[in-house]
Amino acid sequence: MKKFICIMCPKGCHLTVDEDNDYRVSGNSCNKGVKYGKAEATNPIRVVTSTVIVNGGNNQLCSVKTADGIPKKSVLEAMREINSVQLKAPVKIGDVAIENLLDTGIDVVVTSDIQAS
Amino acid sequence: MYELIVIGGGPAGLAAAFAAYEKGVKDILIIERDQKLGGILNQCIHNGFGLHYFKEELTGPEYAARFIDMIQQTTINVLLDTMVLEVTENKEVHIVNKEQGYQILKTKALVFAMGCRERTRGAIGIPGSRPAGVFTAGTAQRYVNMEGYLVGKKVIILGSGDIGLIMARRMTLEGADVLACVEVMPYSGGLTRNIVQCLDDYKIPLLLSHTITEIRGKNRVEQVVVSEVDENRQTVMGTEQIFDCDTILLSVGLIPENELSRDANLELDSKTNGPFVYENMETSIPGIFACGNVVHVHDLVDFVTAESIKAGSSAASYILEQENEPTQFLNIKNGDHVTYVVPQKIREEKIDRRTELFFRVNKVFDDSQILIKSQGEILAKQKKSYIVPGEMEKIKLSKKVLDKVTNGELEICVEEVSRV
Repeated sequence: MKKFICIMCPKGCHLTVDEDNDYRVSGNSCNKGVKYGKAEATNPIRVVTSTVIVNGGNNQLCSVKTADGIPKKSVLEAMREINSVQLKAPVKIGDVAIENLLDTGIDVVVTSDIQAS
Repeated sequence: MYELIVIGGGPAGLAAAFAAYEKGVKDILIIERDQKLGGILNQCIHNGFGLHYFKEELTGPEYAARFIDMIQQTTINVLLDTMVLEVTENKEVHIVNKEQGYQILKTKALVFAMGCRERTRGAIGIPGSRPAGVFTAGTAQRYVNMEGYLVGKKVIILGSGDIGLIMARRMTLEGADVLACVEVMPYSGGLTRNIVQCLDDYKIPLLLSHTITEIRGKNRVEQVVVSEVDENRQTVMGTEQIFDCDTILLSVGLIPENELSRDANLELDSKTNGPFVYENMETSIPGIFACGNVVHVHDLVDFVTAESIKAGSSAASYILEQENEPTQFLNIKNGDHVTYVVPQKIREEKIDRRTELFFRVNKVFDDSQILIKSQGEILAKQKKSYIVPGEMEKIKLSKKVLDKVTNGELEICVEEVSRV
């Protein structure tokens, strides 16, 4: 049995995952908890948010996020990758900053608009 | 003469202005002191916003952008880089900015949406020397996420409020070493999910019932002394631990920013530090409404949005319908284990079928029930598992329950229920 606190929403349900019983999840109050509990016991993932340098814009940084969760163990490596790129203004919410981050199949996308100065 | 002036262009102001516009008020002005709309959401680059309102998980800037886009499709006017100096009781708004200088604007109604600010080292009086390197967590967040400066390399965080937890992760991801998060209370002040994904994920220790008892350093922070506290929050001698660090981030609470409310002579609640509000978010002055963190500090922006839509819609009714304000109201009292309730006053005539009350408790409950009492008599109760001080609770009150109140006073209490 593994115990987790669900992070899918601010409620923070206390989950129990039974590894010997096909990763059955209990303690959840919605289906997101089942998905999270299973993933946490097998391959935990996290959405990473950070900033990226933007050249020639009205602000020198834009915020970014991984479009979906990436494996938790790759988070620090992902940060090195995110810190190595620079974008050129203008950038818009949804623009792809890094395609297929660390071969995870997941893009890093822009989450704030920066206009060209 | 405007119909409605909204002070503050953060999530509360944007939602209130938009809601009033949707209800038919066309002559609206939003006044914002920063150079862009969105408020603190712009520096909250982490995700987790919008699950209630947009039914998807957004980052702060994305959440703000949705509302800014909605506002831009309307005829709502926006004044940026403009400071409101004073609001008078007869709804004159004194402003100053670079282009127009000093101006006095007139309006039929106002929404106060000024938000809150952080408690500082001075507010909690940490002993020790006064070197550089002591920041409030939100200031550090702005430096890191918007200006591009990492504020330190070896960090201690005091207080386990959400911004502190979020910054513990953020500083770690940017290469700083976060040594510990120190919390004076025996429980965390932040959301459980933030403890898990910001501290536990990065093996940052959370020291509950501990506090900083000395800051050492000449020019920059060099050392921090952390001590355990007992149940009366008194330092336990002999428990001192010394951390070598260069930075302290403070996440020790937020204070609603009510200088303008005081100037306008709004009645304030000493528990929330915000204005008293009625069920429709109207303050003690008819036609002045308030919403968001200026009224009470929220955990989730989604709840700020919901409250602000209520305030904006109510302001619209005030402007368009000009109906007489009812004079009868119920007072809501904070009962056992309840630290505050918003709204503090309810006018039954203004309620269609039910109304919502928001409150916080002063201890952790595994299983509890919420009691609605009047003159000691229980009018309604509701079971609830897991209530913590760090998370705002909500209950719905039906008109049927309100009808049972006899002496104009309603009390909200929370009590422990033993598990069967």
